[in-house]
Amino acid sequence: MKALDVIQRANANAFRSKLRTTLTALAIVIGAFALTLTNALGAGVNSFMADTVATVGVDDVLTVTPLDESAPAGDGPTVYDPDRATLSGGGMGAMGSALALTAADLDTIAAVPGVLDVSPLRIPSVDFVQADGSQPFEVSLGVTMPGMHVELAAGDNLDFATDEPQVVLPVSYVEPLGFASPADAVGAVVDLGLTDATGTSVTQPVTVVGIAEPSLLGSAGAIPNPALTDALVDLAAVGRDPGAPTVFAAAFATYDPGAGPTATEDLQSALAAEGFDAMTVDDQLGMFTSVIDTIVFVLSAFAAIALIAASIGIVNTLFMAVQERTREVGLMKAMGLSSAKVFALFSVEAAVIGLLGSVVGVLAAMGTGAAISSALSGSLLADLPGLNLFVFDPVTVLAVVLGVMAVAFLAGTLPALRAAKADPISSLRYE
Amino acid sequence: MSPALISVRDLHKTYGSGAGEFHALRGIDLDIHTGESLAIVGKSGSGKSTLMHLLALLDRPTSGSITLHGTETSGLGARELNRTRNAEFGFVFQQFFLNAQNTVLDNVTMPLTIAGVPARERKARGLAALRQLGIEDKAGNKANDLSGGQKQRVVISRALINRPSVIFADEPTGNLDSNTGATVESILFDLNRTQGITLVVVTHDEDLAARCDRAVTIADGLIVPATTQEVAA
Ligand SMILES: Nc1ncnc2c1ncn2[C@@H]1O[C@H](COP(=O)(O)OP(=O)(O)OP(=O)(O)O)[C@@H](O)[C@H]1O
Ligand SMILES: [Mg+2]
Repeated sequence: MKALDVIQRANANAFRSKLRTTLTALAIVIGAFALTLTNALGAGVNSFMADTVATVGVDDVLTVTPLDESAPAGDGPTVYDPDRATLSGGGMGAMGSALALTAADLDTIAAVPGVLDVSPLRIPSVDFVQADGSQPFEVSLGVTMPGMHVELAAGDNLDFATDEPQVVLPVSYVEPLGFASPADAVGAVVDLGLTDATGTSVTQPVTVVGIAEPSLLGSAGAIPNPALTDALVDLAAVGRDPGAPTVFAAAFATYDPGAGPTATEDLQSALAAEGFDAMTVDDQLGMFTSVIDTIVFVLSAFAAIALIAASIGIVNTLFMAVQERTREVGLMKAMGLSSAKVFALFSVEAAVIGLLGSVVGVLAAMGTGAAISSALSGSLLADLPGLNLFVFDPVTVLAVVLGVMAVAFLAGTLPALRAAKADPISSLRYE
Repeated sequence: MSPALISVRDLHKTYGSGAGEFHALRGIDLDIHTGESLAIVGKSGSGKSTLMHLLALLDRPTSGSITLHGTETSGLGARELNRTRNAEFGFVFQQFFLNAQNTVLDNVTMPLTIAGVPARERKARGLAALRQLGIEDKAGNKANDLSGGQKQRVVISRALINRPSVIFADEPTGNLDSNTGATVESILFDLNRTQGITLVVVTHDEDLAARCDRAVTIADGLIVPATTQEVAA
């Protein structure tokens, strides 16, 4: 019997008992469906993260924070150390009552070999933004990383070198501030209001150079260029005790990523030796990605268990088929069909069931993915236009189909072996 | 006389072992010549089917030799045995052994499919074989939908499609009424006469045995000598 005939016959045999095959395949559909959808979700979220890194475009900056050595030591409260600088509440609430960097720390960081430049993270607290004739709206400032690139709906990215204060506003501020469109807002001058150290409310005029698309990293805040940050920090410092030490939640250290990953790691450990925690953008995303990967792994494991259960169904179905076709197999053997071909007939039949189940499962997963995406794009994900929640990588999809077929084939070998070993005479005598 | 097509010497077949041991054949000597028709008769359980299965190389004897075309078959491997059965033998059984859900044509061409004959040639030869038995118009029907006599014609078509040198028939008319049985017998003897296909028929039917060139009677795993046969008859 030729290979093509074996496949054709196995295929026809698989559909001889349609209900039984359908039920067996259904179990596989569920497994393949779950596996595909989970992986697509993981791929979707991770590729969005990767895209975000790419759009931010900062790959030569380490975010340096004080290394909290005492934190992991035990469960109890940390002994107070008056020598360590901490942030004094206020706008740094997000950081908790975290340790802070002093000006001396910045010098230490700058002195570490491999660090090209250091700039402190300064987030002046802003009260409101107001355009000509509009109401004031509350706003917070986002984090500006050196060389950062923001995904824009209109306008240009910030100029980091200029002395002119510039800001990129989130697209959600365009209409409230009275602009017809994002493009309309570009070039306009708006006022940022803040309260200085004397408690007086002051404003800083600033040019809107761009309107930011919503994204995961770009947060909901207005993004200042260094000139604006300087201006705001100066304004806020009016009336401040000049002797009070300035502290920062974090600092950005530029380095040369071209020196290779080992050099980067060396730099990070050198900073750690000085008592600083230094993370690349990849590190920060890596934490996120590894959480996603863990979730995907756990869900995939469940899907795999479903597939194992389904393959037991295949074993069962094929044992029934072997039993039913005892005489048919005996006859074919009497007419000269080799045991190897009998084995092939049944194991290919199992693979056909696997193919059927996995293709239906994969297609269902793709359909479901598309349906969920389009349902969420109107609500939950409307703010994240760049996020494609499910990414169906053809290689992954193919791997799922082939993997399921392989599992089904393996499941089929047990019944197929029994059929292959059956003796033609006793098969023909079988009632 | 021409050299024997199949030659059997001191053939033994024992089923089981120890206390459950059963000697189904206990020393058979038999020559089957090309083109003859041979009936194997005997009481139920005497070992007729067992002998036929050994002759058809479906089973291996416990001891003794079977030569086909002068070649000792005990030395043949599984692949050679498969090839020999596929190319040299045709089978007709009491139960039809048709794949009920498949078409008549598919059933008839099974030996060719097994042999790896291309689909186009299979179809042509299958239709020719069906035409020979006058049921060409049933080619596309499901095997299940045929009458008993038609089914046995399909089985005979299948047995002769590979142009075998021997057709083994075990109770070919056992499931048919006497009229249909007679037709099937005629077809088999016609094939034997016109195409020179050797016919080995296992049967209970005295009339069928009488129509054969020769009949051997098996009793308790041995061939009953011709003299006693005549006395019995
Ligand atoms: N696989 C087996 N194991 C044990 N005994 C067997 C086996 N096959 C056949 N026999 C025994 O061998 C003897 C001969 O069986 P066989 O089928 O050849 O009889 P038969 O002459 O064809 O009978 P019938 O006319 O009823 O078909 C019987 O007694 C049977 O029980
Ligand atoms: Mg019998």
